[in-house]
Amino acid sequence: MLEIQGLTKRFGGLTAVRDVTTTFEKNRINAIIGPNGAGKTTFFNLVSGYHKPTSGRIIFDGQDVTGLRPDQVAKLGVARTFQSTTLFDKATVLDNLIVGHRLRTTSTFWDVVLNTKRLKEDEHRCRAKAEEVLDFVGLSSVAHHLAADISQEERKRVAFALALATDPKIVLLDEPAGGVNPEETLGLAELIRKMIRKGLTVCLIEHKMDMIMSLADKIVVLDHGEMIAEGTPAQIRSDQRVIEAYLGADYAAA
Amino acid sequence: MMSKTWQKPLLAVLLVLAIAFPMVAANDYYIYVMSLAYIMAIAAVGLNLILGYTGQLNLAHAGFMAIGAYTVGILTVDYGVPYWVAFVIAGILSAVIGFFAGLLSLRLKGHFFSIFTLCVGFMIYLIIEKSDALTHGTVGIIDIPAPTGIGPIRFDNTWSQYYLVLFFLVVSLWLMSRIVHSLLGRAFVAIRNGEDLAETLGINLMRTKVLAFVLSTFYAGMAGALYAGFVRFIGPAMALESHTFDMIAFILVGGIGTLFGPLLGAILLTWLTQSLQFLQDFRMIVFGPLLILLVMYFPQGLIGYWRERQARRAAASMQDRRLQRSVIGSQQEVSTNA
Repeated sequence: MLEIQGLTKRFGGLTAVRDVTTTFEKNRINAIIGPNGAGKTTFFNLVSGYHKPTSGRIIFDGQDVTGLRPDQVAKLGVARTFQSTTLFDKATVLDNLIVGHRLRTTSTFWDVVLNTKRLKEDEHRCRAKAEEVLDFVGLSSVAHHLAADISQEERKRVAFALALATDPKIVLLDEPAGGVNPEETLGLAELIRKMIRKGLTVCLIEHKMDMIMSLADKIVVLDHGEMIAEGTPAQIRSDQRVIEAYLGADYAAA
Repeated sequence: MMSKTWQKPLLAVLLVLAIAFPMVAANDYYIYVMSLAYIMAIAAVGLNLILGYTGQLNLAHAGFMAIGAYTVGILTVDYGVPYWVAFVIAGILSAVIGFFAGLLSLRLKGHFFSIFTLCVGFMIYLIIEKSDALTHGTVGIIDIPAPTGIGPIRFDNTWSQYYLVLFFLVVSLWLMSRIVHSLLGRAFVAIRNGEDLAETLGINLMRTKVLAFVLSTFYAGMAGALYAGFVRFIGPAMALESHTFDMIAFILVGGIGTLFGPLLGAILLTWLTQSLQFLQDFRMIVFGPLLILLVMYFPQGLIGYWRERQARRAAASMQDRRLQRSVIGSQQEVSTNA
């Protein structure tokens, strides 16, 4: 699904990601873990086209996407969420989601001026999509609330919905459970499983180890930009380098 | 949702009021001032697209209005081109120059973009002021012909010109309403909310921002072309950034990122300025504190404040209805259980 070959990103003298090679299998939950500053978000930024890699290649679905712009990568089916999602607080939740499907529509400025049938169909499709994804993440009940009035956990779900509205093949989630309580974390983990059941591929960055260990099919561990381990949760838990760099002896014992 | 039912009647009433205004106005001077407010509103509506909806503070907007005005001035006075031909060329030329200026300046983001456009605006001013042979330099262009008649309609008096300007204002608002309520408008708002997120949603940042920029400069050019035919005298000072700041004030007072905000602001501030005329430069003493109070208590502008209240009420009523439904539902459940 997603193949990373020798991916390196240098910012001046700092190497944020160094020679990472790995693959993310289709319809699996892949997790990227590592200490702060390990290059996890930079890795996402590279895959989603926000940064151009210094060297290396990114193959998505058999196609070389290295160096493409974020909007081009998004059109190919890579969606992502951010650690914090800025919504338009004065509009309803549903209104915030409608633009998410814009990239699958074709109407232009002239369609807008002439108010063509194509524009109306496109707008109808975008609204239907917004309702569909809102239902998928379980937020239909707050569809008409102002975005300013929803909870942190609902915000996270809206971010998921926005990513799903783009009709992606893979979803990159940057700390999906950051800032929500343990109970809500379970709910979000269930939502991620639901995305897998729907046929999606997920790749997430997360610090909540309990969530990762029970959720992920594959874990990639970054430290100082380098991949120090990859494997199943069981393999990662017993990996000596990972324990030293990140998990700590306590976690391994537990 | 519920607002839609009375939105149309309200607009109809406003339009009737606008049409009736010259008949109730005490003298022609009031009609003249109102027409000027409308022209400034058209320019401000354009600025609101790039500033209010797309989130890019373009400080060269007055420069583009000047380009439109000077296109009409130069073509009609020096080359004898009919007004309406010059009018169309003014819109196109402003948009074309806007395209290249946008392509260049939108490579920068945030404050850098604003500072760059401040310089673009000043360059437009300098070019107009220094090109004596083309633009008549500091003297400006005088005796610009009034818009020529179309069929039996003549535009040689304040009344008819008022209706001409009103016509263009209505068309401007109608087109802007189409734009901002469409998917395209949603793409603009997405960029304002966060460029990274918008890009991740597959929106081509550069292309979308340039489109908003070009449209806004087109509005500026048209407003400038109307201004030239209406005031019939133009000078290089109209390209200055202080002029852009006037328009920004209109937008802030009326409501940034709202369709009618710029119009409301333009009308209110124009009349306020008129009624404080006797204070001369001291009117700023009244003006300044008033603006500060407004920004403190109505940071979204008047229409923005009103719309936020509407949105909240609508959201609350939706919630109430759902709550009632669920209460009824649970009561039924209880009764069936019993």
